[in-house]
Amino acid sequence: MNKIMMKGTEAIGEAAIRAGCRLYFGYPITPQSELTEYMARRLPQVEGTFLQAESEVAAVNMIYGASSVGKRVMTSTSSPGFSLMQEGVSYIACAQLPSVFVNVVRGGPGLGDIQPSQGDYFQATKGGGHGDYKLLVLSPSTVQEAADLTGVAFELADKYRNPVLIFADGLLGQMMEPVSFSDKKVSYDNSSWALIGAKNRPARQVTSFNIDPYGLEKMNLELQKKYKLMEENEIRYETTLTEDADILIVAHGTMGRIAKSVVEMARKDGLKVGLFRPITLYPFPYEALRKSAADVSLVLTVEMSSGQMLEDVRLAIAERTRVEFYGRMAGVVPMPLEIYEVLKQKIGRRS
Amino acid sequence: MDYKVAYKMPRSLSGKQFTYCPGCHHGIVHRLIAETIDELDLREKTIIVAPVGCSVFAYEFFDIDGTVAPHGRAPAVATGMKRARPDLTIFTYQGDGDLAAIGTAEMIHAANRGELITTIFINNAIYGMTGGQMAPTTLLGMKTTTSPYGRKAEKEGYPVHVCEIIKELQGVAFLARTKVTTPRDVMTTKKYIKKAFQAQLKGLGYSLVEVLSTCPTNWGLSPEKAIKWLEENMTKEFPLGVYVDKVGDAK
Amino acid sequence: MTHSIIISGFGGQGVMLMGRVLCQAGMTEGKHVTWLPSYGPEMRGGTANCTVIISDEPVASPVVDSPEEVVVMNIPSLLKFEPIVRRNGYLFINSSVVDREPKRQDIKTIKVPANEIADQLGNLRVANMVMLGAFVFTTKCVNIESLIDAMKYKLKGKDSSIIELNVEAIKQGLRHVGG
Repeated sequence: MNKIMMKGTEAIGEAAIRAGCRLYFGYPITPQSELTEYMARRLPQVEGTFLQAESEVAAVNMIYGASSVGKRVMTSTSSPGFSLMQEGVSYIACAQLPSVFVNVVRGGPGLGDIQPSQGDYFQATKGGGHGDYKLLVLSPSTVQEAADLTGVAFELADKYRNPVLIFADGLLGQMMEPVSFSDKKVSYDNSSWALIGAKNRPARQVTSFNIDPYGLEKMNLELQKKYKLMEENEIRYETTLTEDADILIVAHGTMGRIAKSVVEMARKDGLKVGLFRPITLYPFPYEALRKSAADVSLVLTVEMSSGQMLEDVRLAIAERTRVEFYGRMAGVVPMPLEIYEVLKQKIGRRS
Repeated sequence: MDYKVAYKMPRSLSGKQFTYCPGCHHGIVHRLIAETIDELDLREKTIIVAPVGCSVFAYEFFDIDGTVAPHGRAPAVATGMKRARPDLTIFTYQGDGDLAAIGTAEMIHAANRGELITTIFINNAIYGMTGGQMAPTTLLGMKTTTSPYGRKAEKEGYPVHVCEIIKELQGVAFLARTKVTTPRDVMTTKKYIKKAFQAQLKGLGYSLVEVLSTCPTNWGLSPEKAIKWLEENMTKEFPLGVYVDKVGDAK
Repeated sequence: MTHSIIISGFGGQGVMLMGRVLCQAGMTEGKHVTWLPSYGPEMRGGTANCTVIISDEPVASPVVDSPEEVVVMNIPSLLKFEPIVRRNGYLFINSSVVDREPKRQDIKTIKVPANEIADQLGNLRVANMVMLGAFVFTTKCVNIESLIDAMKYKLKGKDSSIIELNVEAIKQGLRHVGG
């Protein structure tokens, strides 16, 4: 397959088009506007529709509309914009509408800055809006993986009738790497539930609403059943040199590949360090992480946040092993050497 | 004896009994919409986007596919539908709080883009479902549970005139304000609703019909007195008539 | 083998393009490459820069603490990046613009009067390609042929005279360092 150099944002856009997405609604926000612009340029070439919404609030509801008539649709935004979308995301999750969201996370809280961050982990994985719902959350670490997971995102969205979030950051978004795309012909059919006109069948409703608590609880139980299936079937992660590891670094996304360099440095020095990189942030690979950490003496979680994934890592490890944390916030990216120094300190503290 | 059917329930209504309060005008407007859908033979390809408010259940009263949008966002949801499936006919049904307060941005921008959707806007100058709070269209001096001493211009501003605001937007193809307090008004309203749908079908642009309506329950009036109050007060504040008509008259 | 490279200069000197051409060349040789524009707090302070990694192995971190090869096209870039060049690494200096000496003795410094050479070729804008020619000849991070092909790919659609000028710039650059 031919490779071309592409930015992460653009690769996500192209992969979405290859996955059959012909509709994009979004609102410009740094550092993801390249994706919005890519879709504005590219979608008309494939007879698709690009529409710049008046706000993220409108954009997410356009997603709701387009999805409810059965079409593959996506939007992309960055942290403050995704906060604005949360109301709609909750509706979409409850109405069980497949859709793909991209959050190119930037430094927060508030207006924050426009640099890479992972500070929206809680919002992404614990339900950023109201109610008991979950997004499937995918965290790519390379441009190729971002492209591949975009295809996966559309498949999973349809399979579970659930919103899927691609959790990226400005570093991955701006970075260029060689990427190749699948030319597989895509077909999908949502006519069994979509609102496409009550022809030769009873009228159909797709809503996130039931005024009867027992009825709404039933809807909720259906959602929970679906989430359980996701937890059973959709866990993704990558391990590097974990077999003989005495120390395990846990990091996801961009941080995951930076941590890989730390593993390389440590191994050169004879330290048995391995890496566990969750790819699905929800469902989180608790069991796999527990297994990978079974024989280590120290787990170091590294994030571009104050320690959000750390809570899931602790849930996985329980009290069995010492769990330490290192993170930078506000768009400051921890460098390999910096992390390695921290790691050596933490090891030293043990002895 | 031979009986001829002179009047029956429109095919596009589901037959579910309306749950609206006695004297409320939602039921009349629902019927007019359903008749229009029938007459234009659109039932099998029309989608309703219901709002949040008293008419949150509107989708249950129509025998067509439907959804409920988040509060105020019906025009955005309808936009998504129409852009994804231009062959479908999409209408939003919205109240004054939904359309002219929380959803102002979505409505104005859908109108400005000339989205090929139709909005039926029920203006009864009050929030019904939440129990009688002030609406953006509440009249000056009018008492509501959140303007208990009467709406004051210096404190809460003036009633929002939706038709007057959006009539300048070039994307609007049909725009009218009406009421359904007399048989004549009902017939006029029906005509407007039909034109609004035709604006969409002909690809002319966004269409909106504002219907001044009563809320006897929250106004604290009998249905009869509510009609009188509407005639005496609301029509003065909100002049009736056609504001934009790019559809023209059928020959 | 892994080359970690930072290329830095003023906006408008074509440093981003230099990085992208390098990556394109590396990719066509089947190598693993990443190109990362200035990010984080680095974005403030008057320099535009990009980090390029060209490797036989999949690239782990796209950010580097201590690059093996640094190209500085202006003075602020020298001040900023000279201290972090890896020991025994290369520092390429555009000596037409940078009129001061590097302080470090534990790195190899290559001075290229890129602007002057470009000026002699009749177009100041190809100073970046002059530097790239010198850089690639010295570091051998990619082949000169791949570099020229990559540059042509990047300038696809431009006048053939412009492409020829850029080829010439690359050649003059490598000649300057003994090629």
